[in-house]
Amino acid sequence: MPLDKPYKDIPGTTIFDAEQSRKGYHLNQFCMSLMKAANRARFKADERAYLDEWPMTEEQKQAVLARDLNRCIAHGGNIYFLAKIGATDGKSFQQMAGSMTGMSEEEYRDMMIAGGRSIEGNRYLGEKR
Amino acid sequence: MARISASVYTSHVPAIGAALDLGKSGEPYWQKVFAGYEYSKEWFKKNTPDVIFLVYNDHANAFSLEMIPTFAIGCAAEFMPADEGWGPRPVPKVIGHPELAAHIAHSVIQDDFDLTIVNKMDVDHGLTVPLSLMCGQPAADKFAWPCPVIPFAVNVVQYPVPSGRRCYNLGKAIRKAVESYDEPLNVQIWGTGGMSHQLQGPRAGLINKVFDTNFLDRLIADPAGLSTMPHIDYVREAGSEGIELVMWLIARGAMNDNLLKVAHRFYHVPASNTAVGHLILENPS
Repeated sequence: MPLDKPYKDIPGTTIFDAEQSRKGYHLNQFCMSLMKAANRARFKADERAYLDEWPMTEEQKQAVLARDLNRCIAHGGNIYFLAKIGATDGKSFQQMAGSMTGMSEEEYRDMMIAGGRSIEGNRYLGEKR
Repeated sequence: MARISASVYTSHVPAIGAALDLGKSGEPYWQKVFAGYEYSKEWFKKNTPDVIFLVYNDHANAFSLEMIPTFAIGCAAEFMPADEGWGPRPVPKVIGHPELAAHIAHSVIQDDFDLTIVNKMDVDHGLTVPLSLMCGQPAADKFAWPCPVIPFAVNVVQYPVPSGRRCYNLGKAIRKAVESYDEPLNVQIWGTGGMSHQLQGPRAGLINKVFDTNFLDRLIADPAGLSTMPHIDYVREAGSEGIELVMWLIARGAMNDNLLKVAHRFYHVPASNTAVGHLILENPS
């Protein structure tokens, strides 16, 4: 019997459920390793070599190297784990969130100050404003 | 007998902690946030409890994907601020209340809520930012939080997360547990997280003021009805991280159903990516 996953029709949103968690286990655990300063230094010194210590898929490694958070999420990453990469790079949470929207940092910040992204037109895939 | 005297609800945005720690709280952007907590700090000074039962969620700091408990109660004597990747927040360690925490764990588990008892755990911004907002920054010569805190971590990161209904009923079980504790402690329960926000994907930056306003209204006046709202409504209407709001229902469930005093209410957009909501509710004495 199919599981109840009513959240698949929300635009621009990936829910980190048990299925995504399974796919992203090693990617997210790599991110957790960056909570230690010594690991952050080793990662920064040679990113590829550090990533190769983890049994991640090549797609996951490429997404990390490109700092493409949308692709990281598609391959099982969760934003709270991925935030450790941003912290290693000295990025704020707003910079990380904005990087996934196709907007510039300034455009995203201005949108938030103006009240944020509207819910109208953003509830369902294919919905018209 | 211990009793729950009041509840506090607040967002726990990490950038609020960073603004305080980096001395940016006077900037106009942040003043609009902190102005909403001026009354709260005065209120807290006059109403400092013996213990805070603080409901929050860990953000991949104490718990990795090795294991994530759905409900975790901190029974340790103390808890250190976590290094979330930017270094630990320069705030005091959190002193627990192991006796009351163990009592609550025992009672609530016997009431069919399967809590995980945790004796070693760092606490992240989800717990320390609400303390900073309500207590202010502790002075250097008295570097401590004003009272003990029992950390209560809820999984809202890895789906499925507990339902609003379950959270609300858990709050009732926590109240029963507190009221069966022999020592006459004044306990506050805090529910943190929310309000509308989404931190991931092309829909990041979502804010829904209508949803948030309605949530605050119903949390005060119709918590039982609000608790039946399904997850999908939170996610669709308030963003993927807006689901944190189920934690407010734990605190609300531990309060009287009605005849509450609304001591304070505040709402502001934005703090970083997030809508900031805040309530103080008092039980009649």
